[in-house]
Amino acid sequence: MSEYKFVGKPEIRIDGREKVSGAAVYVDDLDFGPNLLYAEIVGSTQAHALIKKIDVRAALKVEGVVKVFTGKDFPYQFGLYVQDRYIFAQDRVRFVGEQVAAVIGRTPQAAKRGAQLVKVEYEPLPAVFNQMEALAEKSVLLHPQMGEYSHVPWFYPQPGTNIAHWRKTRKGDLEKGFQEADLILEDEYHVPRYAHCALETHVAIGKYDLSGRLTVWSSSQSPHTQRNLFAEALGPLGLTHKDIRVITPHVGGGFGGKAGVTMEIIPAALATKLPGYAVKLRWTREQEFINTYQRLGVVAKIKVGVKKDGTITALDHKLYWDAGAYVEYGANVVNAVGLSAIGPYRIPNVSIDSVCVYTNLPPGGPYRGFGYSEMLFGLESHMTRIAKKLGMDEVQFRLKNAIREGDTTAYGVPMNPNGLIECIEKAAKAIDWNKKIVSKDPRKVIGKGFSLFWKAPAMPPNASSSAFLKFNEDGSINLIISGMDIGQGYQTVMAQIAAEILSVPPSKIRVETPDTDRNPYEWQTVASHITWGSGNAVKKAALDAKEQILSLVERVFCLPKDQLYLEDEAVKCTSRKNFCLPLKDFVVNGIMQLDGTYKGGPINGRGMFLPEFSSANCDPETSQGGHPNVHYTVGAGALLLEIDQETGKMRVLKAAEAIDAGQAINPDLIKGQIVGGLMQGLATVLYEDMRYDDKGKLLNPNFTDYKIPTALDVPDEIIPIIVEVPQPDGPFGARGIGEHTMLPAAPMIANAIEDALNIRLKEMPLTAEKVALAVVHKSKSKPKNKDK
Amino acid sequence: MAKISFILNEEKRSVEVEPNQTLLDVLRDKLGVKSPKCGCDRGDCGACAVLLNGRSVRSCLILAVEVEGQEVRTLEGISQPKLTQLQENFVAMNSFQCGFCTPGVIITATELLEKNPHPDLAEIQEALSGNLCRCTGYKPIFEAILKTAKRGRS
Repeated sequence: MSEYKFVGKPEIRIDGREKVSGAAVYVDDLDFGPNLLYAEIVGSTQAHALIKKIDVRAALKVEGVVKVFTGKDFPYQFGLYVQDRYIFAQDRVRFVGEQVAAVIGRTPQAAKRGAQLVKVEYEPLPAVFNQMEALAEKSVLLHPQMGEYSHVPWFYPQPGTNIAHWRKTRKGDLEKGFQEADLILEDEYHVPRYAHCALETHVAIGKYDLSGRLTVWSSSQSPHTQRNLFAEALGPLGLTHKDIRVITPHVGGGFGGKAGVTMEIIPAALATKLPGYAVKLRWTREQEFINTYQRLGVVAKIKVGVKKDGTITALDHKLYWDAGAYVEYGANVVNAVGLSAIGPYRIPNVSIDSVCVYTNLPPGGPYRGFGYSEMLFGLESHMTRIAKKLGMDEVQFRLKNAIREGDTTAYGVPMNPNGLIECIEKAAKAIDWNKKIVSKDPRKVIGKGFSLFWKAPAMPPNASSSAFLKFNEDGSINLIISGMDIGQGYQTVMAQIAAEILSVPPSKIRVETPDTDRNPYEWQTVASHITWGSGNAVKKAALDAKEQILSLVERVFCLPKDQLYLEDEAVKCTSRKNFCLPLKDFVVNGIMQLDGTYKGGPINGRGMFLPEFSSANCDPETSQGGHPNVHYTVGAGALLLEIDQETGKMRVLKAAEAIDAGQAINPDLIKGQIVGGLMQGLATVLYEDMRYDDKGKLLNPNFTDYKIPTALDVPDEIIPIIVEVPQPDGPFGARGIGEHTMLPAAPMIANAIEDALNIRLKEMPLTAEKVALAVVHKSKSKPKNKDK
Repeated sequence: MAKISFILNEEKRSVEVEPNQTLLDVLRDKLGVKSPKCGCDRGDCGACAVLLNGRSVRSCLILAVEVEGQEVRTLEGISQPKLTQLQENFVAMNSFQCGFCTPGVIITATELLEKNPHPDLAEIQEALSGNLCRCTGYKPIFEAILKTAKRGRS
């Protein structure tokens, strides 16, 4: 692997100078001149109600208010996997904050004043805020018309209930598996909702010009998917893909929250009614919390059977998801976990039920980890407990049961090559797993936590990527692709892949943010599939350009192509040591012949990638028979947690995370993902929590009350470990790692708390308050036990 | 509307503002200075930080009329005539990801290093505690500041 010149090297980011100088342009930085109008949304005050009347007269009297629009103006549905979402609420609202109307003003102030004056009359309906209650037979129905919604063929909605999708996976003989077990542990785990908290809120500007062309500038992870969903939703207005252009400048953080389409459809639709103007909608931080996507909450019921020697014989895993009012994207989170809730383990007898439940809370949707964080909190807590009950070291227990290449997944497909065992061993070693560590402070105790993790890209089987690559006169390159650099370093990694093939350093490759008119197709920057999928497309584009270059040189110089190669930005020949033709001499202007004519011309490469082996077709009762996931990325985490027994305050002294990247294209960027992702994971377990009142209103929609970590909250030490067992179909063997980095955080903390205090907490978040109260409770209940 | 005059990145600027307009909105919408970002509009996140007479402030919490006659420096000013050593180290150490919090973080770090050229880790953490970053986990930011401070020492 060391023969690579640019792959595997800590190349500096090609977007670095732009971002540290303030030159990087984000959507809100764009100017639109005096023809810009501002939209302000009237949000529902009710969690579940019928809309009886909307009175806009007072709003229209405000100076500077241009127009008011409601659901009547846009009777269209949309959605990525299920078309259950509306541009504006139609006859009913289903969560507090749902968009009911939009006031258009010439200034933001006028629009805001107008929005305050729109009067909406509601007829309240019973609302349900908990998925277990929504599953009850007598629960109110959120979507009585569910049976009419179009959806992807691999979803199984249950009309007449609140179940939008139910993924069932069955393998082996569950009953027999539990009969074979010497020990069975059964329990329940709860994970609440979380917010992405990208520092940039959602913002989009729609402009419908007088020729009938719609341009949308949006802060998005998914320009092409946005164009596609806009075309589907606004098709009745006569708009086609060709008429719609989505431009996505730099994005100020995504984490899944800017995947698919949420609020961007609003300015896109509004613009069609306001020809000639640009219409801007920017979410406030409060709206960002309430009306984009939230991470789904889950109640997980887990039953695991093991033999005395530690062999897992059976797993029954039931997950009930609080998916919110609309599940057009969130239902696929449920689906993904329903296929993968065995975790990275070899388990012969499996039953998984992953149930997507409508509730009157904001729409659940993609969030870094795509359900696996939530699933692993329960499963990895459970695995530690089982090991302890067996009297086995939990790391040894995991080594014994860890999935290996060729083992079958729950849906019957063999596991891909992976370095899970190496990850487990390295993570354990990094924190001296077998060494007992005692705090010098008698008030404090130190616990160790461990967790495995795995995740596959969750995407349709035909999710594809493509790339264009064009040479410039000086031999520099424009790489034209449509993935988004949402911070992970995508542009740099793609440049490194092209650089490796073409022998042109990444510093001479420019990668711009996408524009659907000019850049080739990319499904979305989600699923941690982009290094793999887009990387494969870029590699093919570079190989295409290389082939053109070598063919030209073969033709002009009569040198055999198999003796030609690229090195140091030039074409060289193995049989003619002196032959050296710099790329800059010919890649645009061709090669001059003795007679003054030229051969060749501009070199432009193209490449595309679609995983042709993937299929979502399977038996709906067992999930057997298809190939729904392209591969898994695996890893392990370990940490040392110091706990103050009086206050419950926790401090991560040391955290190690080992991840199998296949081939690290840029090891420094992977380390950046590990540090940042682990921090985001620790935040969900130690600090964050969305709190709703009994009317479904979010109580903490701001950074004062929803605490994300500050510079004072970082672990003392983080040890990133990269393992490389190549992915056979990845570019240079690479696979994605971005989302995975946050996956082990929550169970590691729960397991470390138990290790230190012998207290098992099963409801996230595990805040200092909860720990302190549990310590008090334990010390109170102990003497009682003695008395008995 | 009131006319105010102040020094912005070493240039004298005059602009008509509403009495209730924030410095952030005036910088971005009236003066075309876009590096200060609006992340929360209530002083929680620090993405809008600018230097007012050398001290970092949240421009979303300052009314534009308050800066009359004073000196405001933004990342655009810091980046000229060339990137500072701190900015170069941000690039070298991958101390940013999406880049949205970066202008505010660099403003805060610049102020810290101007006041205290050799801060230790605890001082850096304290200084940055009002700048939220969701991507990096902060550690790479500490490293760039420490590296800059070390270099300044030699």
